[in-house]
Amino acid sequence: MSRGAKAVLLHAALLAGLLALNWVLPDYHRGNLARVMVLAVYAMGYNLLFGYTGLLSLGHALFFAAGMYGLALPMHHLGLGLVPAFGAALLAGAACGLAVGLLALRTTGVAFMIVTLMFAQAGYLAILIAGAWTRGDEGFTIPAAARQVLGLDLTEPGVRYLAAWALFAAVLAILFRLVRHPAGRVLVAIRENEERARLLGYDTHAMKLLATVLSATVAAAGGAAHAALFGYAGASFAAVQYSILPLLWVLLGGAGTLVGPFVGTLFMFYLIDWAADVTPAYMLLAGLALILLTLFLPQGIMGLVRGRLRWLP
Amino acid sequence: MLEVEAIEAGYGPVRVLRGLGFSVGIGEILCLTGRNGAGKTTALRAVMGLLPLTAGQVRLGGTVVSGLPAHRVPRLGLGYVPQGRRLFGPMTVAENLEIGLQARGGRPPRGRQGALAHALARFPRLRERLGQRADTLSGGEQQMLAIARALCLEPRVLLLDEPTEGLQPSMIAAIRDVVKGLKDEGVAVVLVEQRIEAILSVADRVAFVEGGRVRETVAAAALGADPALLAARLGV
Repeated sequence: MSRGAKAVLLHAALLAGLLALNWVLPDYHRGNLARVMVLAVYAMGYNLLFGYTGLLSLGHALFFAAGMYGLALPMHHLGLGLVPAFGAALLAGAACGLAVGLLALRTTGVAFMIVTLMFAQAGYLAILIAGAWTRGDEGFTIPAAARQVLGLDLTEPGVRYLAAWALFAAVLAILFRLVRHPAGRVLVAIRENEERARLLGYDTHAMKLLATVLSATVAAAGGAAHAALFGYAGASFAAVQYSILPLLWVLLGGAGTLVGPFVGTLFMFYLIDWAADVTPAYMLLAGLALILLTLFLPQGIMGLVRGRLRWLP
Repeated sequence: MLEVEAIEAGYGPVRVLRGLGFSVGIGEILCLTGRNGAGKTTALRAVMGLLPLTAGQVRLGGTVVSGLPAHRVPRLGLGYVPQGRRLFGPMTVAENLEIGLQARGGRPPRGRQGALAHALARFPRLRERLGQRADTLSGGEQQMLAIARALCLEPRVLLLDEPTEGLQPSMIAAIRDVVKGLKDEGVAVVLVEQRIEAILSVADRVAFVEGGRVRETVAAAALGADPALLAARLGV
């Protein structure tokens, strides 16, 4: 069996397994896993820029929030339906990605991290300042009546799980295609040695801008889905910790691996869930586990797996 | 083919090139040599557009290429293999070559498969390692891959920075044969070498770089025939 066929089969098996869990898991874990899949979409968008292109952003909360508010604000204020609002969310994410990319990509390294962080902070403050529209820190809920699509009720746990799975599967398939496409290989080449890629004739700035816009759009899709499936948009999702979280998820799962962001998100979600049952100081336990993993598994969980299965994208 | 006219460039306030100039014609091999810090590598980087010129001009086949964005220069037919090979380590040999092929944008004159086969024909050893990660190759194989990848663009002029550095004699001989083969095909080659004895037999001219300019250009045959002359020029 060819390497490509093996990779397709493995990812298809993962998706099939996740789909089957809808009819196996109790409601509590089904809700958790739906949330993990949505957050993993966000992490996959982050991974496209960080893991594959080598650009460490500290401002992805801006794109997540752009998707969240891009969906929730038109629904709340204009009465837009869920499907067109989702389209508006993707556009908002892409537009933010383009604006940030055009300015932040003039810098590199630490400066890039700081510039992206500043953009995200500006976005967070803008949400607070525009409280008349966004209801600031408090945020607002999206009524259950509005969370219907094609006759399906997204507040129903099974439907919500399947909607989260469908988005996760679609993004995984698109990114699977992208990273195996010649353009995806150019992103990896830029990560490995940008100057060399430029000397082979690649417009690396244009490619990095494209990666930023795609990454922001995928992150926005995660934000929009989070708002649609869980019925809430709030400024806390635009705060700095939501820029740090996808970095942690991706590092834990394996940067530059396709499934790594999902594995990292799942691991950290349940680590915190378990630690919260053990002690009120649950973040201490979670932090300790993260330090140990980073020390002994710097390439991440899927990075370790790919060390053995080199055909994994 | 490639004309470099009195270029000046440097790093920030440090001026490294001070009116450096040379030219190389179709099927000609020019060797740039000189001591560390003379400006040899800087010259190649400036020609490729990686450093902005503060004076002078670079022309390729009569077209001015200085001032163009660095990514456009290779597409005009100027290939560059930098010092230290700079491969894409996690990618396989085949992927490194394919990324070189697709970089051309349009179709190579021989077609993609033709260009790949042509590049591999020079390096049969790479054909056996197509599925191997580039960072697991030996130093000599990495150099071969770096040259093969640059050749995927089918350049009219190839700039090679210290291609024999750190290689064993058999690998140096293989690289020398490839350079000779390129010359026979009409490709102009500019070689930067500090120890030029190894490639003197294939070079046409040797330019001695000192203080950011070419001090003197001598026919390689004359240097080959008289080792004392070479030693005097190198100051050893």
